[in-house]
Amino acid sequence: MPIKSLDDLKKIREKNSRIVALRERGESSDERIEILVGMATCGIAAGARDTMISLKKAVDDMKLENISVIPVGCIGYCHSEPTVQVNIPGDAPIIYGNVDEIIAEKIIYMHILNKELIDDHLLNKIFTKA
Amino acid sequence: MYYTVLELTQENVEGGRNLKNAKGKFVDLDTKKLDREKIDELDEYIDSLEDQKGSLIHILHKGQSLFGYLPENLQIYISRKIDIPAAKVNGVVSFYSFFTQEPRGKHTISICMGTACFVNGSDKIFNELKRELNVENNKMTEDGLFTLKDIRCVGACGLAPVVMVDDQVYGHVKVSDVSEIIKKYREED
Amino acid sequence: MSNYKAHIMICSGTSCKASESENILEAFREEIEGHDGKFKVLKTGCFGFCAQGPIVKIYPDNVYYVKVKPEDVKEIVEKHLIKGEKVERLLYEDPKDRVKLVVHDEMEFYQKQYRIALRNCGFINPENIEEYIAFSGYEALGKVLTEMTPQDVVKIVKDSGLRGRGGGGFLTGLKWELAMKSPGTEKYIICNADEGDPGAFMDRSILEGDPHSVLEAMAIGGYAIGANKGIFYIRAEYPLAIERLKIAIRQAENEGLLGKNIFNSGFDFTIEIKLGAGAFVCGEETALIHSMEGLRGEPTKKPPFPSESGYKGMPTSVNNVETYANICPIILKGSKWFSSIGAENSKGTKVFALAGKVNNVGLVEVPMGTTLREIIFEIGGGITDGKKFKAVQTGGPSGGVITEADLDTPIDYESLKAIGSMMGSGGMIVMDEDNDMVEIAKFYLDFTQDESCGKCTPCRIGTKRMYEILERLTNLEGDMDDLQKLKDLGNMIKDTALCGLGQTAPNPVLSTMRYFPQEYEAYAKREKTKSYRIDAEKCIGCTACIRVCPVNCITGKVKEAHIIDESACIACGACFTACKFGAIIKP
Repeated sequence: MPIKSLDDLKKIREKNSRIVALRERGESSDERIEILVGMATCGIAAGARDTMISLKKAVDDMKLENISVIPVGCIGYCHSEPTVQVNIPGDAPIIYGNVDEIIAEKIIYMHILNKELIDDHLLNKIFTKA
Repeated sequence: MYYTVLELTQENVEGGRNLKNAKGKFVDLDTKKLDREKIDELDEYIDSLEDQKGSLIHILHKGQSLFGYLPENLQIYISRKIDIPAAKVNGVVSFYSFFTQEPRGKHTISICMGTACFVNGSDKIFNELKRELNVENNKMTEDGLFTLKDIRCVGACGLAPVVMVDDQVYGHVKVSDVSEIIKKYREED
Repeated sequence: MSNYKAHIMICSGTSCKASESENILEAFREEIEGHDGKFKVLKTGCFGFCAQGPIVKIYPDNVYYVKVKPEDVKEIVEKHLIKGEKVERLLYEDPKDRVKLVVHDEMEFYQKQYRIALRNCGFINPENIEEYIAFSGYEALGKVLTEMTPQDVVKIVKDSGLRGRGGGGFLTGLKWELAMKSPGTEKYIICNADEGDPGAFMDRSILEGDPHSVLEAMAIGGYAIGANKGIFYIRAEYPLAIERLKIAIRQAENEGLLGKNIFNSGFDFTIEIKLGAGAFVCGEETALIHSMEGLRGEPTKKPPFPSESGYKGMPTSVNNVETYANICPIILKGSKWFSSIGAENSKGTKVFALAGKVNNVGLVEVPMGTTLREIIFEIGGGITDGKKFKAVQTGGPSGGVITEADLDTPIDYESLKAIGSMMGSGGMIVMDEDNDMVEIAKFYLDFTQDESCGKCTPCRIGTKRMYEILERLTNLEGDMDDLQKLKDLGNMIKDTALCGLGQTAPNPVLSTMRYFPQEYEAYAKREKTKSYRIDAEKCIGCTACIRVCPVNCITGKVKEAHIIDESACIACGACFTACKFGAIIKP
């Protein structure tokens, strides 16, 4: 149904408010985990497609139903592409850089399943947003 | 329908009117030699456009994606189809760097000549590619395997200098990596 | 509150475990209990400097504490986590170690970048309109169409002080006002996404990461100037951006956010995509309009400005991608909010594509007025391999170089012009001591010369002649007279070329000549050599260089000094990198 008023827009916004809280502050009303993969040209050139495939495969292999792997644009960390953000409800959002297929698997097995960070690939968030 | 087109080379100019010694190339303007199926697809695309003359650039994009390049007879065909002088069509084709009038090799090797790659030494990689392939920029190798092309920034500045073979990106390329990369594709054939 | 302010990471590698990391973990768990879940304790793998264990890392502050004992835990929690002060006595100190254990003063660092245009990039799925709406998408358009008149929109954009981000820096609000006031049966609003500077890619990033923000802003601009048609002019070299734009347009149409009677306001607006085909000059608005009409992208003289007579002879407003990306936040947060950010005459932020010889290559968005030093050395992490900074080039092929002396200049449109460069579209290329400035100037001139449309003589022939002189110099066939010729020609082209491309084409040459005259003279006096040489004193004859030389121009026996055949050397530098004894002399 087409959006015809600010109220219609607000409804869609509220329906999706969960992702804003989760991605910005790590808060969520449910248990859904999100993994965001930087899939702009630069990320893809550095191998983000393989990273994405590897993440999805690990998620499937472990039958993890509450994880969404989502393609996003780039966050500007060209020096560390491909980049991956892990948003676990209740945890601060975490950004990894230089995530190849192997590190992608590690993110699932170490970070998500065992709550261990992969230190060598951690990036610091270095900006504030409007 | 063949025409000889004289290239504006030093020799030809100095040679004056003595055309016997002039160097040129044969240009085939026979539109009947174009692949019928591809032309049908192009026709269909052109017919679907509202403003055909204003969409010349889009039509050329379509043509190039169908034929791989824009040979002279295709340019003639398009000019007749949308009723624009062929010289104008050629003027547009030659103006934009995305369009090519030369056939392409099986693989296109692109070297990024954006500034970030340049300051990281892409000019040296480029020279090495030319040497290794024995080919000039925008030309096809004799065996038809490769076309070498310099391109503007691909936006992978974090990987500079960057070489692309078709869609495959090679980052942080060193002069000594060049022969290795080419060898891989030569061996595939 | 389930929001962690910090992660406490405790190494649980074998050797740290041996030195009681388990007890430390427990101590942290007990200590943070009363803090409402603000902190989280995690076990991690080995940090790799076991001799200093047990190690505790605080993320995201990126501070390491070494040889931590359970009794230190209370102090770390109280001092670092609560007060934000580092516990100095537990910091790792080893001047020889290259690992930066205390990376930065985190709070200050966080504030350096402020993202308006890039606000959603990397945080939303660009192919899902609902995610954009979740982050306040299309609210600005809704507000504009239901609560504001076109005059209100122009006023708020004008008051914000937003200037064009594509290079010129013309006030966006004023541009819209001119187009609004021009009479015309049909008007057009255009997005210039023909990002041509070969070292700037922020527009592509915005389109690939947040396409809806640009579409929404175009609709707002269309409403303001009275256009029902928006046209996207985008480079064919950006296939992914084109694909995502198409998806975004389709989704917006399906949701009724583009099309007829948007928000029941009676306002109709559609967007069409036109492809460029690779011509730098098409960034110039008159050339761009010709290209959209299917012609060669040649510029025409102004006036008439596109705001009076543009696409199909109708009033047209051409704005750049990054400019549009600022519009929605301005509408939602107000002009005062926007004008409070940035410098006196340059409001808001600017995105730069930081690249070249800098550690953290990437996109940065900083408030206007930030200094180049902050961008390169703090955000960019300094020069690669610890080399010396030489210059930074801004403004792409139209700009110039900036040296150490001007690094503390706050960046805005005017200050950059005053030091011989310009803002341009935001390419920022860092060069180190190894870069040859004459070669850099030649590179840019090669670019503009190649991209010259050929319409006006100063640009077509002038840049060609300048390039020939540079080629003569770098081939060591020039002389001192050439330097004067280069300068004269450059200034002449600046004064007489038809459009911005030609008028700015000599800038890289003139500015490198101004700051690095000695490098030009070295070429003119033919003191420069082109090939690498070997210092026979230092060479021990290890053959490492012989093995890497791609043209086999190095000869010599084992344990005897090698020799480079200077006529065959292609100056690739492979030998220089391979030599471990510093025996290769650079040209």
